[in-house]
This record gives sequence, structure tokens and C-alpha cells, in this order.
Amino acid sequence: MDAITIRDLEFRYRKQAPLVLQVPSFSLAQGEHCFLYGPSGCGKSTLLSLIAGVLEPTQGRVEVLGQDLAGLGRSGRDRFRGENIGYIFQMFNLIPYLSVVDNIELACQLHSKRRARLGQASLRQAVEDLAQALGIHGVLGRPVTELSVGQQQRVAVARALLGAPPLLIADEPTSALDTAHREQFLSLLLAQADRADSTVLFVSHDESLGPLFTRQVRLPELNRV
Amino acid sequence: MRLMLRLAALSLRNRWLATSLTVVSIALSVTLLLGVEALRRSARESFASTISQTDLIVGARGGSLQLLLTTVFRIGQPNNNISMKSYEAWAKHPAVAWTIPISLGDSHRGFRVVGTDENFYRHYRFRRDRQVEFAEGRLPQAAREVVLGAEVARSLGYTLGKQIVLTHGMGAAGIMDHDDKPFTVVGILARTATPIDRSIYITLEGVEAIHEGWEDGAAPLEPGHADEDHDHAAEGKDHEEHDHDHDHAEGGEQITAFLLRCKNRPDSLRLLREINTFEAEPLTAILPGVTMSELWGTVSYVEGVLRVISVFVVGVGLLGMLVAIYTTLNERRREMAILRAVGAGPGMVAGLFVLESLYLAAAGAGLGLALHIGSIRFLQDVVEQKYGLFLRWEGLAAGEIYYLAALLGVGLLLGLVPAWRAYRNSLADGLSVKL
Repeated sequence: MDAITIRDLEFRYRKQAPLVLQVPSFSLAQGEHCFLYGPSGCGKSTLLSLIAGVLEPTQGRVEVLGQDLAGLGRSGRDRFRGENIGYIFQMFNLIPYLSVVDNIELACQLHSKRRARLGQASLRQAVEDLAQALGIHGVLGRPVTELSVGQQQRVAVARALLGAPPLLIADEPTSALDTAHREQFLSLLLAQADRADSTVLFVSHDESLGPLFTRQVRLPELNRV
Repeated sequence: MRLMLRLAALSLRNRWLATSLTVVSIALSVTLLLGVEALRRSARESFASTISQTDLIVGARGGSLQLLLTTVFRIGQPNNNISMKSYEAWAKHPAVAWTIPISLGDSHRGFRVVGTDENFYRHYRFRRDRQVEFAEGRLPQAAREVVLGAEVARSLGYTLGKQIVLTHGMGAAGIMDHDDKPFTVVGILARTATPIDRSIYITLEGVEAIHEGWEDGAAPLEPGHADEDHDHAAEGKDHEEHDHDHDHAEGGEQITAFLLRCKNRPDSLRLLREINTFEAEPLTAILPGVTMSELWGTVSYVEGVLRVISVFVVGVGLLGMLVAIYTTLNERRREMAILRAVGAGPGMVAGLFVLESLYLAAAGAGLGLALHIGSIRFLQDVVEQKYGLFLRWEGLAAGEIYYLAALLGVGLLLGLVPAWRAYRNSLADGLSVKL
């Protein structure tokens, strides 16, 4: 079973709006680290949103871990995402009134299935281990609003990775970093994804990051629009 | 659920200023609602307990409300008198424990004069079992001695030993002063916060003494007095007109009414029937509690008006809460979307709004209740002194529990409005918000 399977996908934001995406076929095997790139506005974030179940296809089928997302409904897609997908947003999207540790734990607090993947380790222990690995151990108790951009980014990664989701989606999370920090961050992210045995779909317009991944896909080649 | 409760609380804390203002606004509405309710209850209780432990009030044949108003509240004119003979007959009735005679007809600077005997000081009860007490002085013993209610003494500034002149008649202006027969203040009653405070008490002998020679219903025409053409004549009124204005229990042969207590309370109904069918003289006996309820019923619409006003105030407070939550919806689209992105689900996000609303309503109700209790503790003495209302905090009454429960219920329902909007908001819309 592939981590992601796309067939005859079409998407437009409104009925009368122009087609944004037309992807006849795409699949991503489990355990792959895929780098999806392309220029700004080519539909990268839209494709990620369709794979994460944030958007619904206008036509066609998106299967994640063998599950057709269209058949789940809104609540079902939210639950599926929470249990199986770690999503790192471009803007990090941390909850401002929660502390670092509360932000990281959120998905595991919401989903027992995800928490169960932690095995024998307690939730707090898993958070501390992950925070140690990502270098944010010292800020766990602080409000996220007091963190630097780099620290916020790592908190977002920790939140996405905790509970070892089978699929990790990252939407240009390195856009705010300089080149040296970008590669350092990516190496860390991929190492942690390996530890969690997660499939990675990483999106960026920066082609120079491609060599860090096992597979590179140029979206304009997939998208017929 | 624990997570939801925590998220809702933390989200509210994050917007502490708006949260505090909303809670205070609801709290003030709740305080007003509970305050009005407490005042209403207190007014009712104060009213109902103006007289206690009296089983029957007996007067001349007439309306029951009028009898109650004149004898207990000192309002209006008694329509007729009853003979002392009848009073004594009933006072000696084997089923009767005690009686208190009441003779009305005179006044002093707008305050009613009540002729009575020592039974009034011994047996009269108000607010369940409170007895008339003296703040200063003693019972009137001689005919020309007078005891003042607390309010009379306070407002007129009278002290013991003061000589006062009673006025014939009940109007504020009176009709004719008994200035030839001054009375001496020998006692001042302690404050009761009842009409007792606004009355002046003399003995039945005192009533008789000041009306010596009034057997024909008018002042005796003494030499000199007639020549002076007293106030009454100056006002151009004739004596016949007097009789309508102040049908007086003059002398010792008549009194206005009497209060009666049975030895066994169940006997009061039997006695009521007996008195109402008394052949020697047409009398009316009333059960004070029943007539009090009738009287309260006639003014109960005021309660309704007060209650409606309070409910509207609470409604405005709750609408303020709705507005406060609803206006934050837009700025919180991203927050809601993030929660959904990590798997919270639209139902849970909507639930958070309902919980927040419930928190605000509960905090408002709690703070409002605390303010209410604090206000009562702080103001009870002032209110009692100034308005005669007994405000006491004795736990939540059933009606107050109902109001608070309704407040929480409405708060919950109002929370559904922003919750529904949050539920309908698309996830993609929230995630694309740039903050």
C-alpha cells in the first residue's frame, strides 16, 4: 500500500473558477522522502491541502494510507489527519495561548490512536525526548509567543512528529531560514522522520534542497494545468 | 473533555480584558436580578410579617382590607367603631388567649395616635416572634402619658419629657388641636421597621380623657373656647363634616378594633364565624394572613414589572457576551483552523465556543452572586434603617437557583450561535488567514 495515491485529480476553488490542479496520477511509497518543488503559484500548497484533507477534490480520488479522503466527511477527515498525518505549515500555525509543551502534545492529546504509537513511553517523556533531539528542551514550559522563529519552527516539527504519524507533510517550513540553517534543519527533520518511520512529502520552491531527499518531483510536470 | 475545558479556559484567559469585561457585565446583571429578587422577597416578607401571632382582627362591620389597613398599617379611616361591651365580651371568651384594643382617631403632626392598653406591649408580635421593646422610658401609665414610635421620635426630634399636643382627626393637617390637654412623652419604642414606628401610643384612658365632653361627636363648648372660634370653625367646616372625616372611638365606650389571639389556633376559624355572626353588634373579623395576601395580590403587578426589568437586564448582559464572543470569531479563524488541522474536528471546535460561553455565563453568575451576597452584607443595616426592609443572605432560594440555572442555559444556547459559525467555517479559509 502506497502512502499517497492520486488518480485523475482535478481541483478548482469555486465551481466557476479556473482549474488549479489537474494531476492524472501520482503515488508515494511508504517510507519515501519526497521533495515536491516548483515555482510559486504552481499549486504546491493546494496539492498538500488536498492530500491532508483540508480541501476536497473537485474530481478524482486522493487516497492516503489506503483511505479515500472524500469518503470520510469533514469530521472524519479531521480525525484521520490528526491520527495519521503530521502537518508542518509554512506559518508554523502554533496556538498562541498554549505553552510549547501543550502545542507539541496537542495532536496526541486529541487522538488516543496517535498517543498509543508512543508505546511504553509516557507522553511527557516522548515530548522531552523529541524536544531534546530538536534542541528545544529548554523552552518547553514557555509560551510559544516568546520563542524565536527558529524555535517556533522546531516546535511545529515536534508537534507534527510526536506520535510517529505514518505521513509527514511539510509546506515550505524553511522559507524563513538562511541556507546554512535550512540544511541543518532539514537534516534534523529527516532524521526524526526516519526514527518515526514516517513517509515525508516536503514542498518548497527552493530546488537546492532536492538532493537531501530520496525522490524529487517537479509539480509542473505532474500538473496539466 | 478535559482538554476541551482547558483549551476553552486558556483561550479566554488569552483574551483576558474582553473576558473580564464580559464577565463583569454579566455579573452586574446577575447582581441586579438577584438584588431585585431579594428586595421583592424582603418587601413581601416585611409586609407579611408586619403582624404576627394575631389570629383575628375584629372591627365594625365593613370591608376586610379597610380593617387591615387601618389597624395594622394605619392607613385610611376606620368606617365605624365597636362598643367596649362587645370588646369585653370577646376578650373574656374562653377560647381567647389575649386581645389588644385599638382606638384610632387622633394624630400628631401627621402621625397616628393609637389608644391601646398594656396588652399591646406584652402580646403584639411582628416578624414571627419579635416583641415591641422600649428604646427609652416605659409604658404609659397615666392618662396624659404618651409613648412614641421610633420614627416619630426621630423625625420630630422628641425626647422623654417632651410635652405634645394631640390633634383631633387623622389628616396630616388635623382638624382641631387638643391643646388644652397636653401629653408627656414617657417612652420611645425601639425601631421595628413596621408601621409601629410611625405611630404614637396612649392609653385608652388617655383617649377618654382628651375627649371628655365629646359625646355628641364634637368638642365641648367651653367658655372662652367657643369664643375663640377654634381652627375648625376658621376652616369653615361644621361638626357634621367632622364625623365623616374622623369617626372617632371617643371616650371609653368605644374602640376602633381589636386584635385577638386564640388559645388554640384551630379555634380561630370557629371564632371567626362566631364573631361575624355576632348578634349583639355587627362585627367583621378577618384572618390577617389571608387579607394580607389579598392586599399583596393587588400590588403584585409591581413585582412582575420589577422581574421583567431584571430579566431584560440579564438578557442585555448575555447579549453582550454573545457579541463579545462573536466579534472574536473572525480574529480566531486561524486558531480554530489550527485546532482542526491537528485533528480537533468541527464539532469540537464548535464545542469550544459553547464551553467558552458557558464559562463566561458561569463566571458572571458566580461573580454576580458574590457581589449580591457582599452587597447584602454591606447594605443590610442601611436598608433596614432607611426602608424597613430586612435583607438577609440565607442561601439561595429556589427562585434564585432557577434564575441562575436559566442564565447558564441561555448562556449555553447563545454559545451555539458563534459555535455554528465556527462549525461552518472551512478549514482552508482559516489556515489561509494572514495574522
